[in-house]
Amino acid sequence: MSPRRSPLGQPIPPSAVATMAASRRRFLQGSLLGAGLLASPTLLTACGGSDSGGGTGAGSTVKFGINEAKGSGPAYDRLKSLADAYAKKSGATVDLNAVDHNTFQENLNNYLQGSPDDVFTWFAGYRMNQLAESGLISDVSEVWPIDGQGDSFKQAATASDGKQYFVPVGYYPWAVFYLKSTFEKKGYEPPTTNDEFMSLMQKMQKDGITPFAFADKDGWPAMGTFDILNMRINGFDFHMDLMAGEKDWDSSEVKQVFDTWKGLLPYHQKDPLGRTWQEAATSMGKGECGMYLLGTFVVDGIPDQEDDLDFFTFPELDSSIGATALDAPIDGFCVAAGGKNQAGAIDMMKWLGTAEAADAANKGNTPLIAANSGADTSVYSALQQKSAEVVGQATDIAQFLDRDTRSDFASTVMIPSLQKFLQDPDDIDGVTKSIQQQKVSIFGG
Amino acid sequence: MTSTDPDLVPPARAGRRPSRRLPWRDRAVVIAMVAVPSFFVLSLVWFPAVLSVILSFGSWNGIGDVDTIQWIGTQNYQDIATIYPPFWPAVKHNLIWLGFLFLGPTLLGMFLAVVLDRNMRFSRFYQTAFYLPVVLSLALTGFIWQLMYSRDQGLINQVLGTDIDWYGDPSVNLWAALVATAWRHTGYIMLIYLAGLKGVDASLREAAAVDGASETKTFFQVVFPVMRPINMIVVVIVVIESIRAFDLVWVINRGTNGLELIGALVAQNVVGEASRYGFGSALAVIMMVISSVFITLYLRVVFRQERER
Repeated sequence: MSPRRSPLGQPIPPSAVATMAASRRRFLQGSLLGAGLLASPTLLTACGGSDSGGGTGAGSTVKFGINEAKGSGPAYDRLKSLADAYAKKSGATVDLNAVDHNTFQENLNNYLQGSPDDVFTWFAGYRMNQLAESGLISDVSEVWPIDGQGDSFKQAATASDGKQYFVPVGYYPWAVFYLKSTFEKKGYEPPTTNDEFMSLMQKMQKDGITPFAFADKDGWPAMGTFDILNMRINGFDFHMDLMAGEKDWDSSEVKQVFDTWKGLLPYHQKDPLGRTWQEAATSMGKGECGMYLLGTFVVDGIPDQEDDLDFFTFPELDSSIGATALDAPIDGFCVAAGGKNQAGAIDMMKWLGTAEAADAANKGNTPLIAANSGADTSVYSALQQKSAEVVGQATDIAQFLDRDTRSDFASTVMIPSLQKFLQDPDDIDGVTKSIQQQKVSIFGG
Repeated sequence: MTSTDPDLVPPARAGRRPSRRLPWRDRAVVIAMVAVPSFFVLSLVWFPAVLSVILSFGSWNGIGDVDTIQWIGTQNYQDIATIYPPFWPAVKHNLIWLGFLFLGPTLLGMFLAVVLDRNMRFSRFYQTAFYLPVVLSLALTGFIWQLMYSRDQGLINQVLGTDIDWYGDPSVNLWAALVATAWRHTGYIMLIYLAGLKGVDASLREAAAVDGASETKTFFQVVFPVMRPINMIVVVIVVIESIRAFDLVWVINRGTNGLELIGALVAQNVVGEASRYGFGSALAVIMMVISSVFITLYLRVVFRQERER
């Protein structure tokens, strides 16, 4: 149970439970009550420092909110070394406010509407756009273009109004992981076509190995499977339109995705709904399963086998679509519109996008790869190098289902619906119809 | 979310005599004693409750001012009843939860309390052992049960040699969660009941013993009726616990896939950066209505008995 690696925020580590008391109280706190009775400071701002003056450079204070708690491992160390490196470089004081990952996400609205830190960790994609549209984060387009960050990153940092609100720091691909030792022993080869893929899975089954490790107890890992199947079958553009609510979930295209998935389920580990991704990673580590479709953070599930771990992109299913799209969620930073030191924040954002910042962050054994192409890749692990190569070859990059669509839709509709499908894969019509009805209600039309 | 805690409502006093004129200082004290609690009850209980009701008719993501709320009438309630698949299972699970807590851990906890009250050897040790799960943080509880229930690596499947998917199979995971709840609830009820038993006048038991009543008879005919206030507290606790039950399923899988509970659905809808406050509030209001039914019934029973005295 690693509470740390939850790039999507859905797995629920212990600490999140403690926040529920606060969360249940939360909706009262917003603007309705204002500074009234219940407006106790949120958990997030509680750790912040005193008033910070404006300005940049030496003597000024930038408050930096991060979504990893102190002592939570390499992810925290990475952000801490970023803060330290910036403080050293600019002479500013960086006031670090380290909050547990899920607590941070669950309280984000309150945090941003209260007295937020100036710069905070966030994700690219729809979730960033949502904040931008609500006016909760500041326009940072003056930071762009960033030397060493290409157009795709600029795109990912751009909200619907055409301005940039985000600075990427790193990202990681979702791909099919396997153990080199298992593949060598059995003479398997990473597949590139649908035929190779099917025959590999059949071979594995013959050898008594479950082809795919699979877990969906926390609800979000199966989204990765849906994403990749949809991008392979219907293409990247359809996928993004579907995520944006512009396509129907009960369409024949979506049904085909579920139908293909149903056909693949016999090659997946049974009973995924009771299994955490860490447990699924362990079954691959033990050689019971041959492959596992997950983000590179899979290495946190089997840290001792990092050197044995390798991966390939999910093979093409339809040759007219190809296999050039993948999920590669980008992490980075935003400036809170409610932060006191906007100028200092912008200055820090400028630095955070640089290769120098990427190098400062790349100290621990992080599964992330730097967004800045000028970053020093000589210190990369084999896994990081491969990640960079694979993402470099991809022409279309999606963020991940719960970052590409409305998060209320992702968490309250897609999680239960995908779980429903996994329980009863035969009722595709029922599941897609239910998703569509709820989608109409949430997206409003 | 909507705390309709009956303890906060001061019980009305039946049959009070018309008050004489009090000295101003006493009057000030009385006014303060009435005003301060009323203020807190109104602001902490009724105000949020009413706000929940109002919000439940809107659609709001929690960002911006009140004027960003779109008023959509009873749309939320219609959606909940018609196109929100987890709702009806959640209602069912809450009722199962209630029934199970009563018949299982509550009775067991009371039984344990009665047994432990008999000054047996090591009774302190047993008390601590049974109460320990209540003290453990939920995070730890969730972790402990994950170790027990894990399909591939869990203790239960290893010992029994089975491969039951305790947490993932929607036909068994509710019961798995109920057992884990029972593990905590039993100790809780035991402690409350034990405290009550300690307060029962010893002379009552002596008198019963002198009259030749058996232990069982003494308990059911003498001790149990004397314990009425405690029994009522236990009833209320169990009802409230089962209606607002949510923490354990939240730890397990955030209340999805067979573990839907209304409380967990409320949390699912209002937690996170893009919240459905209106929808969540509508669920909370439904939850509040259900608890009010139980609490009204309870208060009626209490008042009727008060009057009969």
